[in-house]
Amino acid sequence: MSMRLLRLFGGREATAPVARERLQILLSHERGLLGQSDLLVTLREEILAVVSKHIQLDPDKVIVKLDRGKTVSTLEVDIEVPNNFDKKVSERRMAG
Amino acid sequence: MAKVLVVTSGKGGVGKTTTTAALGAALAQSGQNVVVVDFDVGLRNLDLVMGAERRVVFDLINVVQGVAKLPQALIRDKRLENLWLLPASQTRDKDALTDEGVGRVIDELRSRFDWILCDSPAGIERGATLAMRFADEAIIVTNPEVSSVRDSDRIIGMLDSKTVRAERGERVEKHILITRYDPARAARGEMLNIDDILEILATPLLGIIPESQDVLKASNVGTPVTLNNADSAPARAYTDASRRLMGEEVAMVVPAERKGFMDRLLGRRAA
Repeated sequence: MSMRLLRLFGGREATAPVARERLQILLSHERGLLGQSDLLVTLREEILAVVSKHIQLDPDKVIVKLDRGKTVSTLEVDIEVPNNFDKKVSERRMAG
Repeated sequence: MAKVLVVTSGKGGVGKTTTTAALGAALAQSGQNVVVVDFDVGLRNLDLVMGAERRVVFDLINVVQGVAKLPQALIRDKRLENLWLLPASQTRDKDALTDEGVGRVIDELRSRFDWILCDSPAGIERGATLAMRFADEAIIVTNPEVSSVRDSDRIIGMLDSKTVRAERGERVEKHILITRYDPARAARGEMLNIDDILEILATPLLGIIPESQDVLKASNVGTPVTLNNADSAPARAYTDASRRLMGEEVAMVVPAERKGFMDRLLGRRAA
């Protein structure tokens, strides 16, 4: 409230909240990159192995991220599959 | 038991050397045996801020390489007899420092002093990792500004992984010291506020040092700010921080503007 009043009088933007938000987003990303634990490496390999049984995957297109929050953490698994993945599998099945 | 404390930040120019000198002097003033060690090989400045630049004969690298014995390289402060400086080399390359060599010197310092304050160079390269390598505690000097907070976060990650303590599964006790805090800009919402910084870095606060001319004045004359003008706002903030390091409970004072609220309003309207 006082901040808003000051802003009215000063006619200036409070830029601190923007700084805070940018930092929070950036750091949650950077921490993920730097602090990638063995757990994530293991998860990534095993997920890749399971999905690869059924769909041909580019290993680089499997991204596993863990975001640690205050109350809840999320495990994000992002797998990019080729458009014609189902055809290939069925073709292979026919051939097999 | 001796404590090894690294003063670090990642980012340059935030006040590591000022902080090392000021806290070293404040700890010494309260009777502790203190050595401040400059790890900024090639760009040493702690000698200058301590006013000992013309008394440097041997340095950390000479001791690590066995050219000089530790007592030959230690410089006693002219004002406080229990405050010492181990300078960095100005000419040699930092690659002359090895993990084992620095470890040996730190062990020897542990047997002689209560506090070993290591002034880290900026960056995240070898010089910075060596300065933190043997630390028991760390002070992360942070300015209320996005790039400084980001670099502090990076350094915290390194303290948790690249130190001897981290490798043994122990933790380095970490403290945030906010420097160059400008209460007027904070009140206007132009500067990251302290709670936000602490929440983002998830590390406890050791102190808040206000932006002040007294810091520059002290370094101009080569005296730690805590000795040069003990009543100044930054000196008091540093002294409080040193007492917290020694385990005392000292109420945290957020620097406030000296002007009254009405002055501030009128001043802002005029501007």
